[in-house]
Amino acid sequence: MAAKKLNIKDKYRLLTRDLDWDFSYEDRKQAFPYEEFEGIKITDWNKWEDPFRLTMDSYWKYQAEKEKKLYAIFDAFSQNNGHLNVVDSRYVNALKLFLTGVSPLEYQAYQGFAHVGRQFGGVGARVACQMQSLDELRHVQTQIHAMSHYNKFFDGFQEFSHMHDRVWYLSVPRSFFCDARSAGPFEFMVAIGFSFEYVLTNLLFVPFMSGAAHNGDMATVTFGFSAQSDEARHMTLGLEVIKFLLEQHEDNVPIVQKWIDKWFWRGTRLLTIVAMMMDYMLPNKVMSWKEAWEVYFEEAGGALFKDLARYGIRMPKYAETIEKEKEHISHQAWWTFYTHGHAAGFHTWIPSDKELDWLSAQYPDTFDKYYRPLWELAKEQEAKGERFYTSGLPQLCQTCQIPMLFTEMDNPNQNSMRDSVFEDERYHFCSDGCKDIFDEEPEKYVQSWLPVHQIFQGNCGGPGVEDVLSDYYKMNVGVDNMDIKGSPDEKRWNEWKGIA
Amino acid sequence: MSKVYIALQDNDESRYIVEAIEESNPDSTVIHQPAMIRIEREGRLVIERAVVEEKMGRDWDVQELHINLITLGGNVDEDDDQFVLEWKQ
Amino acid sequence: MPVYALNPGYKGERMDRVENFHGNQLVYVGWDEHRMFCAAKAFPLPPSMPFAAVIENIMPEAFGQHPEFSQINWETAEWLLDGEPFKPQLEASLEAQGVGHKSMVRFKTPELQGYQNAGV
Repeated sequence: MAAKKLNIKDKYRLLTRDLDWDFSYEDRKQAFPYEEFEGIKITDWNKWEDPFRLTMDSYWKYQAEKEKKLYAIFDAFSQNNGHLNVVDSRYVNALKLFLTGVSPLEYQAYQGFAHVGRQFGGVGARVACQMQSLDELRHVQTQIHAMSHYNKFFDGFQEFSHMHDRVWYLSVPRSFFCDARSAGPFEFMVAIGFSFEYVLTNLLFVPFMSGAAHNGDMATVTFGFSAQSDEARHMTLGLEVIKFLLEQHEDNVPIVQKWIDKWFWRGTRLLTIVAMMMDYMLPNKVMSWKEAWEVYFEEAGGALFKDLARYGIRMPKYAETIEKEKEHISHQAWWTFYTHGHAAGFHTWIPSDKELDWLSAQYPDTFDKYYRPLWELAKEQEAKGERFYTSGLPQLCQTCQIPMLFTEMDNPNQNSMRDSVFEDERYHFCSDGCKDIFDEEPEKYVQSWLPVHQIFQGNCGGPGVEDVLSDYYKMNVGVDNMDIKGSPDEKRWNEWKGIA
Repeated sequence: MSKVYIALQDNDESRYIVEAIEESNPDSTVIHQPAMIRIEREGRLVIERAVVEEKMGRDWDVQELHINLITLGGNVDEDDDQFVLEWKQ
Repeated sequence: MPVYALNPGYKGERMDRVENFHGNQLVYVGWDEHRMFCAAKAFPLPPSMPFAAVIENIMPEAFGQHPEFSQINWETAEWLLDGEPFKPQLEASLEAQGVGHKSMVRFKTPELQGYQNAGV
């Protein structure tokens, strides 16, 4: 008779809980030194449950299967010159932004989860975090592999890792993760495991990747959905962490709420860039940012917060502001990149008339009133041979590090500006949300490495902006940057496609 | 009651899983989007191993779901026989 | 709480102290309700610079690309310094009239509503 197969629950118990041990001659607190300083109280780690009950042996088995499928498609993609099937050369610029701005975050997530996967006192949480850390490492690797094919044919991919650490707009995603990773392990889990993974990565990986499919990019949709198949497990881990913390002790509730408020705000600011990619950088549109936001944040997030209400958790602070901003932020962000197209590591452009009409239809309350006039001005300038590249350097928010481009929701013509004075120095913010985060921990955010200020301090080479771009950022000036019109990318594309 | 949802990659295996979901959850909504299939239902959605096995005509481990999964919303509970998504409020 | 840290007494390094700017101070300038410029702009300026020089040299550098720029009437412009109403003294230095390191100088041009009167 064949040996009886263990059921999932027994296997999970044997392969996680039974791997732990008690500390008989060492001080447990010294083994887990990060567990208390955030004020979180854990009474019983055994209450931790992994709803998927995934054990290492199954993890390897299924991950290997995912990888085999993925790499078979990468091979086919590159053997068949898959880059020629994307809709047009503008589309590829979204990938440049993805590789420089998002893929390195996967690496930071790997580092972050490896750290907390060591520091949590409970073995169930440690195992789940270690698996997630391996997932994140897989994601960055598969993304680099997928993009390496584009790197052979398009400009702007070659220095993605160097750029992530230095380029002005990439300090936004970079500092977001640095903020989470330099927090304690519980805040990291609420920041990345819950706030970011549960609601926000859906917006990045689901509608945007579906958009990649719709724009003929087989490589991206494949790595995107392969990564996202891990994401469902990460989301479940994130939700489990929150429920666990809230059930462990009532004193955890206000701390968790504070972190939710902070990280939903930080996350929505970060996703401004995804909003812009969806509305402006995908030539074939799947859905507007506004619609994606409604499906994945308002509907899915709404259900989540209703579920959490039984613990005394409410919707994140400033949810009303976020709801209004969905009508504005993609337009404000693309205008910022368009006008700073000389300093970006990818190409920018004026949307086509058809795209402008699509935007009017998707955003009937805001686009024609506030944003179409910007593009009419840009067209006028371009027609005069004066394609508009703005002079000077913008003011940045001390917390999110985004140029202060957001406007007041009760007067969308006026940029929103807040400030705080801490120990005789003034600090500026794009919003009440970012100001609150600073005011809660000024000692942390006085350390923001703001690219504009660093340039003026002489820490990024120079003296001119062009020197900073070429020597410090390693951009191929005149090739990677500027308008798509007349770019080497466009010229090559037209030759491949036989367009005169 | 809020909706739970699950999205799967649009491929041959998922088509059987979607059929099984529709059979086990009669009033669920199936939405086709580029490269993916999204299924929603009020409150609760279950994927039953036995039903999937019948559709596929082979043994199917509930954990195989991970291979084609894109995203989900709701509290998860999984054992050898079924995968459940649920809001508890 | 100024910070939640593992060790008590944690102090962060102030990255933007005025001493780091080689004798200059940072000043931000913004033209209200003119969204052609996505955000206010930052300039390192000597604290001794008279305000007249800001109008003559810095403003054209910051906002001269706007089609309405040449029509600005600096006499009727309304100013805010760090959120408070402010009347610039043209001959006085930045420092002498309270424009400090990382001060925000905003102005409104009531007769100019932006390109297509749309706040652009």
